[in-house]
Amino acid sequence: MPERLELPAYARSLGIVVIGEEGGMPVLSVEFGPMVEGRPQHFHGGATAGLLENAGYAALRTALLAAGRDPQLKPINITVQYLAAGKSQASFALGRITRLGRRNANVTVEAWQDDRSRPIATAVMNILMV
Amino acid sequence: MQTATNKVQGKGCDMKLNDCNPVAHTPMHHGMTTPPARFDAREASRWFFRHGHTGWLGLRFTDQGDNWVELELPWREDLLGDRSRPVLASGPIISLMDMASGMAIWQASGTFNPVATLDLRVDYQRPARERASVRGRVECYRRTRSAAFVRGIAHDGDLNDPVAHVAGVFMTIGADPRQANPALAGESNA
Repeated sequence: MPERLELPAYARSLGIVVIGEEGGMPVLSVEFGPMVEGRPQHFHGGATAGLLENAGYAALRTALLAAGRDPQLKPINITVQYLAAGKSQASFALGRITRLGRRNANVTVEAWQDDRSRPIATAVMNILMV
Repeated sequence: MQTATNKVQGKGCDMKLNDCNPVAHTPMHHGMTTPPARFDAREASRWFFRHGHTGWLGLRFTDQGDNWVELELPWREDLLGDRSRPVLASGPIISLMDMASGMAIWQASGTFNPVATLDLRVDYQRPARERASVRGRVECYRRTRSAAFVRGIAHDGDLNDPVAHVAGVFMTIGADPRQANPALAGESNA
C-alpha cells in the first residue's frame, strides 16, 4: 500500500516519510530538526499541522485506491487541536476515514511522539473529491 | 510501536528564548522619554525568520496595524501540494497563518510573551493562483488573562477575494511556562 502512495512536494521537502501502516492506513513520520522548529527545541504548530494534513490525505488516497477511485482532492477545511507541545524528537501521524462519500470525505488525524497513547495534536479535515 | 531513534544533535540554531525576543534586540532609536520598546512585528521579523520552520518557509513581513500583522509566504516550487498544478500546498499556508496569529497577539498586547496554539481552523475558499505568493493577515480581536482569539484571511493580492479564512484560539503562557503556569508543569519533561 505505501509504495503506491506518492507524497506531495511539500511533504517530501519537509522530510515527511511513510514509515509503516496501521489498520491498512499509512503512518507518516517526520524527524525533529531546524525545518520544523518553532519555539527552540519544539515543533512549530504549522509543521505539526503539515504532518497531520499529509497523513489525512495519505489515508484518503489509500482508501480511494482500494475503492478503485482516483479523484482530484481539494481541501475544504481543517481544524487542528493542539494537545501538548511537540518536543525535539520524531513525530508520527495516522489518519482515519470517518466518512467517505461521493463528493466529500471526512478524515480524522492523530499525531503523537514517543507515547502512542498521548497524542500531541489531532485534526479533522473535510476534503472535496472532484 | 515506533521508537524515536533520532537523537537531536547539533541542532540548527542555538538560540535561547531571549535571542528571539525582539524587544531585547530593538535598537535604542526611540527618544529618551519613550518607555521601553514595545513589541513591533516589523522589527521582530528580522529575528524570527532567520531560523527554524518559518525561516525554512522564507516568511517575510509585509504590513502591520495596532492589533494585526500581515506576513508573506513566497511562492516556491518545492512547497507544492498537488502534482497537477503549480499551487502552494495548504500546509505551508497553515504555518503562515499560525505565525501571523502569534505575531498579531504580540502586536495587540505589545509584549512578547510565549503563546501556545490551542485550536486553529482554516477554511479554504479557493486555490491560490498559479505561482502566486500568499499573504496571511491576522488580527487579534480579543484577549483575556489566559486566552487570545484571532481571525484572519490568506490572500494572493486581493483582500476581497481571500484564499482562506482562519480562526484560532491561543493560550498565553508565562515567560517560563513551567513556573508561571502550573497547568503546564507536567509537560516540561518527556
